[in-house]
Amino acid sequence: MIPLLRSEWTKFRTVRGWIAGSIVAILLTAGVGLLGAAGTVRSCEGPQGNVCPEIPIGPGGQAVSDRFSFYHRALPGDGAITVKVTGVSGVITYPPPGHDQIVPGVVPWAKVGVMVKRDLTQGSAYTAVMVTGDHGTRVQDDFVNDLAAGRDPWLRLTRTGDVLTGATSPDGTSWRTVSSTRLAGPAVIGLFATSPCDVTLGQGSLGGVVGACRLTNVTGKFEHIGVEGAAGPWTHDDVGAEPGAPSLSVGSARDWGSTIQLTGSGDIAPAGIDGGAVIERTLSGATIGLIAVIVVGVLFVTAEYRRGLIGATLAASPGRTGVLPAKAVVVAAVTFAGGLVAAAVAVPIGLRLMRDRNNAIAPVTTLTEVRVIVGTAALLAVTAVLALALGALFRRSAAAVITTIMLVLLPQLLATASVIPAPAAEWLLRLTPAAGFAIQQSIPAYPQVEDYSIPALGYYPLPPWGGFAVTCLYAAAALAAAVVTLRRRDA
Amino acid sequence: MDVTVEVNGLRKRFGATRALDDMTFTVRPGVVTGFVGPNGAGKSTTMRIVVGLDRPDAGSALVGGVAYRTLKRPLTHVGALLDAAALQPGRTARNHLLWLAHSQGIGARRVDEVIGLVGLEPAARRRAGGYSLGMRQRLGIAAALLGDPPVLLFDEPFNGLDPEGIGWIRGLLRSLAAGGRAVLVSSHLMGELQDVAGHLIVAGRGRVVADRDVAGLIAAASDGRVTLRTTAREDAMEALARAGATVTVTGSDTLTVSGLPGAATVAALTAAGVPFAEVGAHRATLEEAYMELTRESVEFR
Repeated sequence: MIPLLRSEWTKFRTVRGWIAGSIVAILLTAGVGLLGAAGTVRSCEGPQGNVCPEIPIGPGGQAVSDRFSFYHRALPGDGAITVKVTGVSGVITYPPPGHDQIVPGVVPWAKVGVMVKRDLTQGSAYTAVMVTGDHGTRVQDDFVNDLAAGRDPWLRLTRTGDVLTGATSPDGTSWRTVSSTRLAGPAVIGLFATSPCDVTLGQGSLGGVVGACRLTNVTGKFEHIGVEGAAGPWTHDDVGAEPGAPSLSVGSARDWGSTIQLTGSGDIAPAGIDGGAVIERTLSGATIGLIAVIVVGVLFVTAEYRRGLIGATLAASPGRTGVLPAKAVVVAAVTFAGGLVAAAVAVPIGLRLMRDRNNAIAPVTTLTEVRVIVGTAALLAVTAVLALALGALFRRSAAAVITTIMLVLLPQLLATASVIPAPAAEWLLRLTPAAGFAIQQSIPAYPQVEDYSIPALGYYPLPPWGGFAVTCLYAAAALAAAVVTLRRRDA
Repeated sequence: MDVTVEVNGLRKRFGATRALDDMTFTVRPGVVTGFVGPNGAGKSTTMRIVVGLDRPDAGSALVGGVAYRTLKRPLTHVGALLDAAALQPGRTARNHLLWLAHSQGIGARRVDEVIGLVGLEPAARRRAGGYSLGMRQRLGIAAALLGDPPVLLFDEPFNGLDPEGIGWIRGLLRSLAAGGRAVLVSSHLMGELQDVAGHLIVAGRGRVVADRDVAGLIAAASDGRVTLRTTAREDAMEALARAGATVTVTGSDTLTVSGLPGAATVAALTAAGVPFAEVGAHRATLEEAYMELTRESVEFR
């Protein structure tokens, strides 16, 4: 295998056109991405000038939404809060089909319940036990964690030491412990209510997807309220409220002693598409660079058929089995290295360009950033292998290039340019080799967020490595088929 | 050395065309074996099967007793020039040889050696796309010699070569055979193999028509014939015919006489008073020997 690899590498590096093609792939991938980044300008003209609002960052480092109505007391040490939620009602403005009325109603992810939170700062750590509009009783903490907990109306949150225990009960006597999280030090404890906007997606008249997010609020009615270990008076805060917001979104609390009624609007969850520009925007050039990668991958094998050189190759390796794998390793290694250079340049420089143009960037961990960069390079490499394998199967450059583009690029463009309905787009991104583009998605879609999680907005139906695995499967299957046919066919 | 190539009962069809139909012969070491026959006789297909490029429908081709496909570093066993035009035009000759060498675990030094052997040094670092057919033949031969193999197959190596190149290849083929290698050289022109081939395999319609050693072949074709040079052609022909000979005119003043030994020819001419300049034993050319061999099978002329 080593001599074969060396031989194929010598072949590759000694044809100027293939080296040039690989460089073009790098330049296109990095260049187009950077051009896009340089052209992304965000403007937030307001009374204070062009100042964009800060996006809260959760304890996990993600951009989050943290806006809710909070009726609370101080919690210096151990303590507990117990309530029964006896009513959830709300208002939805201008829902479908007519979009012309303000109607009573509760959106599925409206939340009312009890919460222990570090402080009133947006993005600070918390644990909450809640009743939702349509997703039952749940325990959530630190924005990203979400546990279903049946449909019980009794909620309890207890802090012992720095351990917070969430529990639910159907009757207030028999309790079921649902969760255990940690929150040390002084905190606040109380009741909360919040309701995210009502999301619908529609097909635009000129193609494209039109998303709409309509203001809602929720009112929770709490009874049998028991608080232990709390200090100070009950206080109401409309956490994260913006000045000048519509009156329907303004939070309020009414306290009759045995009954408390809390109204709020907003969300406590990962920020979704409101969390700022995603880092993969700087890698939009990968789709263009991919064309050069595909051409090089195909030509690396079809050129031999065109020139009759395949005879020399096979006479030198009459066992034949290793020839295409060796070619695949060479073309994959070259493409991966090139892709890595392109992505490692495009992401940091592109992000800087975007920040300079007032864009908020949705924060991700270093690991995620590395995954997006390395994954993009790997996706290019695997696509090169697919192109090579199809080239070997077809033995014709044009047919192989077109087929690879149809398999990888076309579904991606159809799905993300939102020219087809979202469900069809999602199936394309599950079943075709374009699934691998999921490796570029830096912000996951959370089920507890009613968001526009559709391909057109950068959300892929498969997880990053899952999508990548689909592309790998295609490449592996095509390569295996090509190896078998190469062995069977006369050269 | 001392490796033979055994081709045994090869059959191969390409669609409706029968390319090989029980092709059987052996190529022995130490001699250049000419593989002749018209285009379409199956010469190239046979060679492609020997180096494992095509699979026969039936029969086998063994190199030193084993199938080529099982060889580990095949170019050190068999060197083949099958298609001199098979080159990546953007790649230099040296790099072309280099990737071939690397595939066999052979180093760059041997590459420069074979470039020297075929006299391509001045052009070795130029792109092969600009090569003349003759230079491509030399590059193809260099590739065949790369692994210093005991068996060499050359398919139409004289194509596109100038007389100087043809002379060079003849010398090379002779020296390769003299070194104990088995050398198979195909050609559709008999004359090219003159003074080179020690053995001849004549193919037609996918099978062997004749498999003879050249010395015997020429002797048979020359057998009992006498070449006569005379200025009195008409008189000579008349006198010899009377003596019972068959006479063929081969030039303005030369005749070939058969059916009458040299001494009897001289006696007949002298008796008839016909002047002559020279009488000698006739030596047939390879071309003539080939004609002799294939006289009956008009189908492949």
